[in-house]
Amino acid sequence: MTLAKHLGAAVLLGAVLLAASYQLGSYHDYQLAEVAAFVVAVAGLTVLIGVSGQISLGHGAFMAIGAYAAALIMTHLGWPLYLIIIASALITAAAGAIVGVAAARLRGPYLAGATLMLAVALPSVADRYQGVLGGDQGVNINVTAPGFLGPAFQLTQWLAWICCATALVVLVLLANLMRSGIGRGWRAVRDDEVAAALSGLNVARLQVLAFVVSSACAGAGGCLLAVVTANVSPGAFTLTLSVGLLTAAVLGGLGSLAGAVWGSLLFVLAPTFLTNLAASHGLSGGASSSVPIAAYGLVLIVVMLAFPAGIQGGVRRLLGLAAPAAGAPLSALRRPAWPRATPDQGTANGPHQGTQVNREEKGTTP
Amino acid sequence: MQEFLEFTLGGVSVGMVYAAIALSLVLIWRGTRVLNYAQGGMAMFTTYVALIVINHTGSYWLGFAVALAAGLALGGFLELTVVRPAERRPPLNAVIVTIGLLIFLEGLAGIIYGGQYRSFPPAFSITGLTAGSVALGISPSGVFTAAAVLAAAIALALVFRYTSVGLRLRATAFSPDVARLLGVRIGRVLTLGWALAGLLGALAGLLVTPTTFLYPNSMDAIFVLGFTAAVIGGLDSPVGAVTGGLILGVLLSYVGGYLGSNLVEIAGLAALVLVLMLRPAGLFSAPAARRV
Repeated sequence: MTLAKHLGAAVLLGAVLLAASYQLGSYHDYQLAEVAAFVVAVAGLTVLIGVSGQISLGHGAFMAIGAYAAALIMTHLGWPLYLIIIASALITAAAGAIVGVAAARLRGPYLAGATLMLAVALPSVADRYQGVLGGDQGVNINVTAPGFLGPAFQLTQWLAWICCATALVVLVLLANLMRSGIGRGWRAVRDDEVAAALSGLNVARLQVLAFVVSSACAGAGGCLLAVVTANVSPGAFTLTLSVGLLTAAVLGGLGSLAGAVWGSLLFVLAPTFLTNLAASHGLSGGASSSVPIAAYGLVLIVVMLAFPAGIQGGVRRLLGLAAPAAGAPLSALRRPAWPRATPDQGTANGPHQGTQVNREEKGTTP
Repeated sequence: MQEFLEFTLGGVSVGMVYAAIALSLVLIWRGTRVLNYAQGGMAMFTTYVALIVINHTGSYWLGFAVALAAGLALGGFLELTVVRPAERRPPLNAVIVTIGLLIFLEGLAGIIYGGQYRSFPPAFSITGLTAGSVALGISPSGVFTAAAVLAAAIALALVFRYTSVGLRLRATAFSPDVARLLGVRIGRVLTLGWALAGLLGALAGLLVTPTTFLYPNSMDAIFVLGFTAAVIGGLDSPVGAVTGGLILGVLLSYVGGYLGSNLVEIAGLAALVLVLMLRPAGLFSAPAARRV
């Protein structure tokens, strides 16, 4: 039932996008392709953080792995594009499994720090293996629209098709996964690891699986981004990208796939808008290119403090919908994932103490 | 042998910078159980402040002092405005908020000062010292770096050990609820902790920037290595933070010297993962069960 619903929505959205790709000019088709590429990555991240309760600041690095895998396969093996997308997702999933095994043992700040380190360290690998990975210049890749579409067909429109199709497939897969037993397991682990373990869930396996799924998405997104921008270089996969993906997921609403779409849309469109706005207000080129970065930071702070449910939370409130089980906002996390020594420390033990008090009352009252 | 000595002493000097960052992280972690990812960004920002003052007045030490004061003020200000509201929310929110702070400060620095690389003057000469004809691999500036961080760490230890403010800081870190019942004004103590951490971060920024250039992302790599040092030592242990910084500094100096400088960050990642796998709470921690 839900599968049919998700497929129906995807087909509908696909038809709208197909029609739109003819109406939009070459530049906007390019932007559409870019947005779709980021939707794939951000959707994976939002599932990881919002549904499974693990954080990653290194998803830019996973995108880099997918992008380099795609570039190397394309230049050395010359596989067809759809196989390359799948292969780069699988390769990145393998990398994600390794990180995930480490991550399953780590809690909050340690996990965030380890993945942050990944984001900072990985670009230097390209520098280390210049022969294969091309150093700072990176690797150029070349995609052409297939011949049967005719010689006049715009490459950007073909790219928009590829990216949107992949994004829709990924969204349907993720939506179903979130509704499945695995998704329920993730949410159980997120809300209370101990309770989940006591209910017979394999906590570590679920956490690793979340990392694998999420990094596969990031890899596919990185592959699409490489195809769209026709180049893979370390400069594209800095810490700023990782934080940008996080910003998109947070802004859209953690744990919400629709939120991932909103977030990616803003992630691609807002920087250009902000940079132009700043430049028109007399900021120099270097300074105005920093405006989007400052904006990411501001968005992360304000959304997390004031609107933890993000845009999709606002949309739901406007439409009068209740928060769905799959997209419960992060603030619904009841139990801190690691001990806190803050003044409200009592909340960590609250339920415990409460039950103890009740028991005593029952025992003593005649 | 000569190389080994150079790499070791060079590593000690860099390691002390990691130690300063690690110490500032530990200071905040013990008080608020928040890991301050913005520490590097704050240090970068105060170093820009120092550079502006130095360029205007021509006095290095005035810039140095102003930057330390700016770090103190920035730390306290951020705790009051941004961190305190985040503490009432789930821990993941605080992580994301301090990441937001990091990026915001980096963006702001880019807007105000531009993105280009600027050189930052060292306090003392950076020509290597020699003992007779043997190059020691450390410069007067490097000696100053190590000495300054060591002095700051010792001063901090003395404050913690012998003053009433230090007692309040320790009490709050040990048990906020009990400290509050005993009349400690926890809010002020936490603000003070952040301010002191801001000062330490500013010191680290001033000391390391002559070797890295100054640009909005200049502290990113230093910060993650400082974080690694804090994890190696255990996020709860100030002594561990300094030791972790030294171990990491010397280790990475060998890696950079013998195997190639572009491996340093990868080696840092490997060290971090290894420590997290083997002793997740740090080398200097007693084994403890995660509380249910």
